[in-house]
Amino acid sequence: MQYAVVQRILGILLGLFSLTLLPPITIAWWSNDHSLQSFLTAFSIIIATGLFLWLPVRNVRNDLKLRDGFVVVVLFWVGLGFTGAIPFVLSETLNLSFTDAVFESMSGLTTTGATIITGIDSLPKSILFYRQELQWLGGMGIIVLAVAILPILGIGGMQLYRAETPGPMKDSKLTPRITETAKALWYIYLGLTVSCCLSYWLAGMTFFDAISHSFSTVSIGGFSTHDASMGYFNSKLIDTIAIVFMLISGINFSLHFFAWRNNSTQPYWQDTEFKAYLSILGVVCLICCIYLTLTSDYADMSTMIMDAIFQSISIATTTGFTTTQYQNWPNFLPVLLLFASFIGACAGSTGGGLKIVRILLLFKQGIREIKRLIHPHAIFVIKINNKPLQERVINAVWGFFAAYIGVFIFLQLLLMATGLDTVTAFTAMAACMNNLGPGLGDVSAHYNNINDAAKWILCLAMLMGRLEIFTLLVLFSPVFWRK
Amino acid sequence: MKIIILGAGQVGSSVAATLVGEDNDITVVDTNPKCLTNLNERYDLQTIVGVASHPSVLEQAGAKDADMILAVTNSDEINMIACQVAYTLFHTPTKIARVRNTEYLSKPALFAQEALPIDVLISPEQLVTEHIERLIKYPRALQVLDFADGKVQMVAVRANYSGPLVGHRTGDVGRYLPELDCRIAILFRQNKAIIPDGETVIEPDDELFFIGAPKHVRTLVHSLRSTKREVKRIMLAGGGNIGMRLAMKLERHYQVKLIEIDFERAQYAAEQLKNTIVLHGDATNEELLREENIDDTDIFCALTHADEANIISSMLAKRLGARKVMALINRAGYVDLVQSNVIDIAISPQQATIGTLLAHIRKGDVVAVHSLRRGAAEAIEAIAHGHKDSSKVIGRMIEEVDLPPGTSIGALVRGDKVLLAHHDTVIEAEDHVILLVADKKQVPEIERLFQVGITFL
Repeated sequence: MQYAVVQRILGILLGLFSLTLLPPITIAWWSNDHSLQSFLTAFSIIIATGLFLWLPVRNVRNDLKLRDGFVVVVLFWVGLGFTGAIPFVLSETLNLSFTDAVFESMSGLTTTGATIITGIDSLPKSILFYRQELQWLGGMGIIVLAVAILPILGIGGMQLYRAETPGPMKDSKLTPRITETAKALWYIYLGLTVSCCLSYWLAGMTFFDAISHSFSTVSIGGFSTHDASMGYFNSKLIDTIAIVFMLISGINFSLHFFAWRNNSTQPYWQDTEFKAYLSILGVVCLICCIYLTLTSDYADMSTMIMDAIFQSISIATTTGFTTTQYQNWPNFLPVLLLFASFIGACAGSTGGGLKIVRILLLFKQGIREIKRLIHPHAIFVIKINNKPLQERVINAVWGFFAAYIGVFIFLQLLLMATGLDTVTAFTAMAACMNNLGPGLGDVSAHYNNINDAAKWILCLAMLMGRLEIFTLLVLFSPVFWRK
Repeated sequence: MKIIILGAGQVGSSVAATLVGEDNDITVVDTNPKCLTNLNERYDLQTIVGVASHPSVLEQAGAKDADMILAVTNSDEINMIACQVAYTLFHTPTKIARVRNTEYLSKPALFAQEALPIDVLISPEQLVTEHIERLIKYPRALQVLDFADGKVQMVAVRANYSGPLVGHRTGDVGRYLPELDCRIAILFRQNKAIIPDGETVIEPDDELFFIGAPKHVRTLVHSLRSTKREVKRIMLAGGGNIGMRLAMKLERHYQVKLIEIDFERAQYAAEQLKNTIVLHGDATNEELLREENIDDTDIFCALTHADEANIISSMLAKRLGARKVMALINRAGYVDLVQSNVIDIAISPQQATIGTLLAHIRKGDVVAVHSLRRGAAEAIEAIAHGHKDSSKVIGRMIEEVDLPPGTSIGALVRGDKVLLAHHDTVIEAEDHVILLVADKKQVPEIERLFQVGITFL
């Protein structure tokens, strides 16, 4: 372990993060909403911490090694969770406890979208914007941003990039150089955000709401500036725009990249994962519509279909926007949607969950076992996009799946030990680990009613979900620390 | 620069590793995913699994906007076809291919633009063979580098404790042999490159690079030798491509023995070679070496494809009494481990090959690039174009040229004449200028210096 290198990069990253407080500071100053002081203090604390870390080791020029990469990513995310909470703690209007503030900031950064704040509509603009911005930064990953704009990371960029991006095949780069890949990803991300924002604005949101919601839509986060979430706007047009952008953001960004570079939609239709993604979402939407028609008492057919589709897409992509109290739907549907969120979005997107491609692989692997029973001597190769996949990747997916379930069960039991009931514990864990947001039971609207210990456990779950478990678990293994 | 490297073998990997550090976009293509994973983990480059000559693979590798394609797969045929495909379908500007088989190489018409559009042919075996041949001709040299088609040579020599150079100032070396027109251009002391200023005092174990016309350099290096015994008996271990080629070249002037472990290959070597004694056996076998009078051998050269075998057999030969041993070592990490310690000269095939490639990657009219000490420093031969107003070097005295720190001009070649650089030498148009760069980071500055200003166009 090269502590000096790790410290230097952490310092730089914190410095970079402190700059993201500038927009909320500007808004606070502009709208004069009494939170200017807290943001300025937070800004000074974070930048001072960054400098404090960076200054003593600024001349260390060693390359980042594989192990250091994991430590940097995990420490930075944990550090972000805490430093990101500073403005919440300092804000007088919010009056949050330390635990609540960290929960809120972690939920934002991991694009979970679970909130403990009630009465969001009455909060100062700067705080609202800050929450949305946290999600936006967490969506594509602030480390990927750092790799894109800070050439000083050098070769170590690849280690960091790999530890932060989701998906089973992390070696695939879009361009030969990692900084270019990271830049391309952020350009696409930025492009999507801008077009989403403009669409919302043209559809009738205020400019502030449009920006805020575009941040949490494209990052598949789910924070809103209103208690009623998207339901506040009560506009079918806005709902449709949200659906479209959630769908787009749930697609693997490398497909966007190739589509953009080749100027055709061909890359999408050649991708197995994309087709599976559409099919799964299609099926979930269909089930919702049919089941609601049969059982519920919606007066208006079109409202019902809209609600069904919106909720399905929002929950299944792990965004977590709502337009209606879907918790009050017949019991089968909320649970179905929650399980859909386990599948989540595509690898390499901003969404959470297990990722479509992993489920696809597990499914294909299952089919292969059946085929093997029938033809014991045959050789079956698992292919994705008509290309054979290495056994290593398939094994890694199994390992990931097992770890996911294992961690899930362990943390859920811990939650129940703190006193939560089964439904709340299960759904809260699912909602946090899949980076979804709203759960059922006590946590269907917000997370304010659960105890502090449970909140900390859920923070860990969110981080596990965002960093895909292994990046975090590797730090807990003795092998990692052995010299 | 966007460069596609086809083949992740030894040459491909080491070239990729060198180029990736110089701000190039590198994509490596190979059929073997294992080699690629290895590269991918260590360097910031892109890898693609596939057959290098297939258009779809090349397209995926970004051949459309690539500046250069470097075909160094194991197969001559794939290399040639890949260049053809790149030229016809993607119009790649520069195409370099490795072609080993002399069947192809002996027919230059094949590689004309309208036939097989390959801009540069490289044959690493040939380069390495020539490299070793030069080293054998200069018995004390560690490295021999040619510039301007051999009009200027640079020879690396280690300063011995007991040798005549230690304790003298570099400026005095010329006075020591006044009839010889050559000088020390750069020296390495404990892995650090130093450009001597005439006052620098030579210390033991310094690696000195003499520059000058070949006959002067040769005489100087000869005069430095401690023993006057001529090289006569050479033993080569390994009858692969390099061993065979070398034996063919050397057997006319020296007594050559070639050891080959594979019987059929040894049989083949015996058929092809005229005066060489081909031995079938293991070069790490002490008995065999003794039997063949290793203690009377002047130079022992281990040239098999296994680094470890080469190191072990040359160490053994050294202990058994061979006067000088050389080993072919691919892995960079081994070179520093054994060079001038247990083994007299470690030959790095990459180093011999990479210069040829670097010359095409450098901007400006760069004719030759030699990396010194595995890329720590570089010797560059560039041609000065333009006139006094458009060029930053022409018409100026050497002391007036705005050289970046840690670089110096070693010599000039004007027509057939070799001029050692003095502070008042004036550079003229079309001069070949040989520069020494102690720190590779300064290379872009040098490139800028030799690019012709816009007014010239």
